[in-house]
Amino acid sequence: MEEKKEELNFEEAMKQLEEIANVLENGNLSLDESVNKFEEGMKLSKKCNDFLDQAEKKITMLINDGEEIKEENFVPKAD
Amino acid sequence: MEYNPITVTNLNKYIKSKIDSDEMLNNVLVKGEISNFKNHYTGHMYFTLKDENSLIKCVMFKTYTTHLSFMPKDGMKVIILGSVSVFERDGVYQVYAKAMKQDGLGSLYEAYEKLKAKLSGEGLFDESHKKKIPFMPKTIGVLTSNTGAVIRDIINVSTRRNPNVHIRLYPVPVQGAGAAEKIAEGIEFMNKNNLADVLIIGRGGGSLEDLWPFNEEIVARAIYNSKIPIISAVGHETDFTIADFVADLRAPTPSAAAELAVANIDDVKSTLFLYNTRYKNALKKKLQLMRLSYEKCMARQAFKNPTQKINEQYIVIDMKVKAMQNKIQLKLKEERTKFIKQVSKLDTLSPLKTLARGYSIVTDSSNKIIKSVKDLKEDQNINIRLADGEKQAKVL
Repeated sequence: MEEKKEELNFEEAMKQLEEIANVLENGNLSLDESVNKFEEGMKLSKKCNDFLDQAEKKITMLINDGEEIKEENFVPKAD
Repeated sequence: MEYNPITVTNLNKYIKSKIDSDEMLNNVLVKGEISNFKNHYTGHMYFTLKDENSLIKCVMFKTYTTHLSFMPKDGMKVIILGSVSVFERDGVYQVYAKAMKQDGLGSLYEAYEKLKAKLSGEGLFDESHKKKIPFMPKTIGVLTSNTGAVIRDIINVSTRRNPNVHIRLYPVPVQGAGAAEKIAEGIEFMNKNNLADVLIIGRGGGSLEDLWPFNEEIVARAIYNSKIPIISAVGHETDFTIADFVADLRAPTPSAAAELAVANIDDVKSTLFLYNTRYKNALKKKLQLMRLSYEKCMARQAFKNPTQKINEQYIVIDMKVKAMQNKIQLKLKEERTKFIKQVSKLDTLSPLKTLARGYSIVTDSSNKIIKSVKDLKEDQNINIRLADGEKQAKVL
């Protein structure tokens, strides 16, 4: 039941991506700094993409019978 | 005596006129439970109103049904305003309803307003307490019935927006006695075990009574105390429950709740792609700028023809060397002239000229010039130097 905490805070990452874009587009950085920021941004966006791709579709239903938590796959019935 | 019967039509006409002339029956307010409800395609409604012991037929014509704020159904307790009249063809009397409202709702509305005011006063609806709905929740907890359209709609919309979404349903009854307690328990359970990043609680549309669990204090407090952000989606867009006011976000429908909870992955991906493009363009631009300033720099004389300066220097050096050479040459010439002058001067003063005129120089053996006869001794060897050479001699 315990889920591994994902390190990536997606919302935070998106904010960072925007900041990097702004800094890069501003053009005030040296070439070295620009390349560094560029790499940082590309890495982060890849991380976000991987995060999205790694997620797995799961539709489950919890069954609360006292202390024990049970979970099973759930398929909605048609009317 | 002859029988003088009247026709059935006339009888019914008579009954009708009797009933129609009765003021009480012209404007009657009656309460009861609906059964045999038929919503005819013409827009008229046919049903039976009953209580424990009796029943009466009812009809509500389209002119009036369009003003109804709810859809009547079997089992619903209602109050009807209308008139009683006879349908001559069938010989039945029935209620011709003009208006209808749900019975027993008065107390519910009162309770709703009272609780709303109380919780509002306690700050349960305060914006400042509302939590932000996470942008990309990993797990979406759903508290609703495990049957029916709501969970299906939520699953459909969610998976359409993000095929990899994780939906965790906690099934609860969404109407009837005990539903509120179950819903509150579910919210607490999800929180205690940290089973979701965002919760959707909701149900489909229904009467005020159907939606009632979402107007109960226990649910309101559970929502307020939840650490997991909650989106409420109760009934239709026009239904506002207490749960909607307490929830961190209110969705007009369950489908809308799914849209609010689940980011559209295509949008997110294209946003990510857009960032990549922005980065690439920014870097490209940077490189272009660098190239431009490099080219500008290289276009300057020093870089364009780096040897020119050196060549110029060479020319200067050459010129200096030449000047130096000229100066030396001149000096040499001067010195040479001076020297020749000296030499000719020396020449005129030379004793050799004197010798040529017939003089001679006598020197002793040590080459010392003898200037006096007193310096000469007998048998002494001397050297006589004449213009054309030397000769040894002996003094007599």
